[in-house]
Amino acid sequence: MKLDKQEIEHIASLARIGLSKKEIENNQGDLSSILDYFEKLKKVKTDKVEEIRHITGVTNVYRDDKVVKCEESERQQILKNAPEISDNQFKVKSVL
Amino acid sequence: MIRELHKKLIEKKITAVELAEKYFSEIEKRDKGISAYLTLTKKIALEQAKKVDAKIKKGEEIDLLAGIPIAIKDNFCVKGERATAASKILENYIAPYDATVVSKLKKNDAVILGKTNLDEFAMGASTENSAFQKTKNPIDEKRVPGGSSGGSAAAVASGMAVGALGSDTGGSIRQPASFCGVVGLKPTYGRVSRYGIMAMASSFDQVGPFARTVEDAAIIFSRIAGRDKKDATSAKSGGKFYEDYLTGDIEGLTIGVPDEYFSDDLDEEIKEVAWAALGKFKKLGAKVKKIKIPHSEFALPIYYILVPSEVSSNMARFDGIRYGLSVDDKKNSKIGGGKLLETYLDTREKGFGDEVKRRIMLGTYALSAGYYDAYYKKAQKVRNLLKQDFEKAFKEVDLIFSPTAPEVAFKFDEKTNDPLKMYLSDMYTVTANLVGVPAISFPIGNIMKSKKELPVGGQLMGKWFDEETLLNAAHSFEVN
Repeated sequence: MKLDKQEIEHIASLARIGLSKKEIENNQGDLSSILDYFEKLKKVKTDKVEEIRHITGVTNVYRDDKVVKCEESERQQILKNAPEISDNQFKVKSVL
Repeated sequence: MIRELHKKLIEKKITAVELAEKYFSEIEKRDKGISAYLTLTKKIALEQAKKVDAKIKKGEEIDLLAGIPIAIKDNFCVKGERATAASKILENYIAPYDATVVSKLKKNDAVILGKTNLDEFAMGASTENSAFQKTKNPIDEKRVPGGSSGGSAAAVASGMAVGALGSDTGGSIRQPASFCGVVGLKPTYGRVSRYGIMAMASSFDQVGPFARTVEDAAIIFSRIAGRDKKDATSAKSGGKFYEDYLTGDIEGLTIGVPDEYFSDDLDEEIKEVAWAALGKFKKLGAKVKKIKIPHSEFALPIYYILVPSEVSSNMARFDGIRYGLSVDDKKNSKIGGGKLLETYLDTREKGFGDEVKRRIMLGTYALSAGYYDAYYKKAQKVRNLLKQDFEKAFKEVDLIFSPTAPEVAFKFDEKTNDPLKMYLSDMYTVTANLVGVPAISFPIGNIMKSKKELPVGGQLMGKWFDEETLLNAAHSFEVN
């Protein structure tokens, strides 16, 4: 079952990737193959089976709700990696 | 190898600085041809080496790993150094912190030589998907080293590092280890902290060592294992030194051989090498038993739904805002929206390679509204059934054996168009990540191709958290 161009464009939009025309075509084939894989899994009876959460059963690991400060050198390095900063904050383009 | 080097260091036959310089000169000689390294970290390497020499001079006790030259896959953070994940989107990113495993190596005074090449964001099985360079297999430079940790495997195989760290999501340590003729270990899920490793598929990823011998792999593994507050998925560690469990005696051990892994589709030459390895295990006193893994045919479908799904979520952080490449070509996209959206679309389009985009798209589709239950949830249920297959099998056997890959290192651009081979190739390695068990690849023989002896790796899978038995069995094979 092949997905149509609109569906691929929709997924690309959800994934926030500006795919080219050719990439959209290529993806039509790739994404359709996942449906083949799903067909395989339909065969398996899983009505009474639980989903795996953590593979070895680790659950709810908590830490104290306290702010841990970081070193100034670390903070500066983090800001250095940012494309645009202003007042020691990450600068973001307007949403609207 | 680590023990011998350690002895030389404490007997003052060589200094840590001399050892580090020896490896850097080897890298200068060989890496032009192999291209295993993306970044060399000479400054920190020599700083660490000097620290070790100072300790030795004072007569202080040093760990086995002290002064030992190690390479690190470039999807790990080493503070102050470039961490690119072999992607254009992180080409100039400088890690502001150390991954937990890197801190642990530093704590034991290991010497970090540099960052190695990989398939972009660890997605691939040949290291050909790196955005920067092609790493060559040291045994035959016309062939791939395997992937995604190809750089780490090649560095160790060619003597450009004593050991290396890699990451394994579906075989990315074990398969390159097999292709390059070295040892590669994927520990039990949760055994080693993932903090500071760029996440690919969070319920599959695990960090592990490459080394020339099983003992060396055990030594490195012991020092990186352990529960970490910064990784909520990490488990308790017994604080063991796994090298102390290598007795070389496997009398009475039962090794399971799944029918499904030795079908008629498996390459005859590989089959021969694998059977010969089982023969050797029998000679060493182990029992070999046929077992069944009934849900093994679903391993790949589960993998191809779950991994891209988790990838699509993990790759969302690369948005051109806080770090990495940031692009805005100033043309309004067809999808429309404000300037911020433009940054997302353009950055991710330019910054990610084809394979990464492909997997993000797959995962986004599988998780999108209306499909989550049918795909992701269903796959997690079948994953549970596969895990139960292994629980049952491990009641009868201690370890499970197969070849690591159904092929030896293939040539560049020789994409395996054989669907059957593709099917089996992942089946041997993905299963350990799906069910969380530890698995090791170690050399079991060679096959002649293109007039070269190409290595074949054997894989053993062990019970959850039972790396001792796993390592000892591989060690016994190696030393006898």
